[in-house]
Amino acid sequence: MSTQRTVLLKVFRFGPDDAAPRYDQFRVPAGPRTTVLDALLAVRRLKDPSLTVRHSCLHGSCGTCGMRVNGREVLACVTRIEELGDPVVVEPLAGAAVAGDLVVDMEHVYRRLEPVGRPLVRASERAGKKDGTADAGPVLEDLERFEDCIECGLCLSACPVAGDPRFLGPAALAAAERVLEEPRGADPRAVLGLVDDAHGAWRCHTAFECSAVCPAGVDPGEAIMRLRGRLLRDRLPRLVGRYHREVRP
Amino acid sequence: MTQASRQGARPQRRRPRWLDPRGRHLGTWAFVANRLTGLGLVAYLYLHLVLLSTLLRGPEAWDGLVELFRRPVFLAFDLLLVAGLAFHGLNGLRVALVGSGLLVDRHRALLVAAAILVGLVVVVAAVRILA
Repeated sequence: MSTQRTVLLKVFRFGPDDAAPRYDQFRVPAGPRTTVLDALLAVRRLKDPSLTVRHSCLHGSCGTCGMRVNGREVLACVTRIEELGDPVVVEPLAGAAVAGDLVVDMEHVYRRLEPVGRPLVRASERAGKKDGTADAGPVLEDLERFEDCIECGLCLSACPVAGDPRFLGPAALAAAERVLEEPRGADPRAVLGLVDDAHGAWRCHTAFECSAVCPAGVDPGEAIMRLRGRLLRDRLPRLVGRYHREVRP
Repeated sequence: MTQASRQGARPQRRRPRWLDPRGRHLGTWAFVANRLTGLGLVAYLYLHLVLLSTLLRGPEAWDGLVELFRRPVFLAFDLLLVAGLAFHGLNGLRVALVGSGLLVDRHRALLVAAAILVGLVVVVAAVRILA
């Protein structure tokens, strides 16, 4: 006799036409390898096809299924239900506008990444033609990514101070540190100027929540601290120089 | 999959996230504790100044206040104050070190060390205050 376990999901529901969010409860079958995303897709298939969920790769590399499960940011496709207890509370990422149920508008992630130049493509690794000449087409340049960040937005949701839209946030600051580490033609002074701001690297409160939830091992917290070290090394000689020029000439 | 519509996106309720550290990691708890002890110390500073103004009402008023603060409940508050001060100072030192790019990979160990030191300071203070 088969005794398949079931799990109770408490799912955040909120649509453009709703006055207020609510939590719907669904009991779905769950095996030892069932992921949160499997369970949500089971809800769509068996209980409520109107549940809005976003996903793509199903193996943790596209970053589209980021959500909060029992209060922690995870990629639903690689988070097993078995490890979570019962019930399992599923909510959208924090700090982002909800497009529908568990889907948030990712504009707040991309808007923060753009100014630092999104250092995601190595010039040396851009696809070339077979005859060795550079491929003039922009398509692969735009699509290929060679860095670890999958732009899932988990770090922004977990950061205790990223609720302020002026804060550049962990992903963008980690990207800035990457640019400074390996500029690949970018202007390091411009990037340093961008992050040397009250809402840039100095806004971080060293909670390291971003590093704890990052599914791609980027460790934004440590990157931000390295960035601050750079800024201090850059600032101190200038401050000392100014002191000698202006205070003790 | 249902495509997200930017026009239809609705902002979530704006509440400072640091106010709810449940389920969070050690770093967030340290951040919240640092902020709360900081706010507590600022509140204490103003309270202290207000209480000092009792001196303006003469020695009897001041002696009465001192007598009141020798009661056990206020001595317990003194210990709380010492604990908050020690944590805020030592964790602030940790944050300054880590935030300057130093000992970044040891930030958890530094927090544990700060917590142990706070415990020791509180024990010493308890012995001295309650003796």
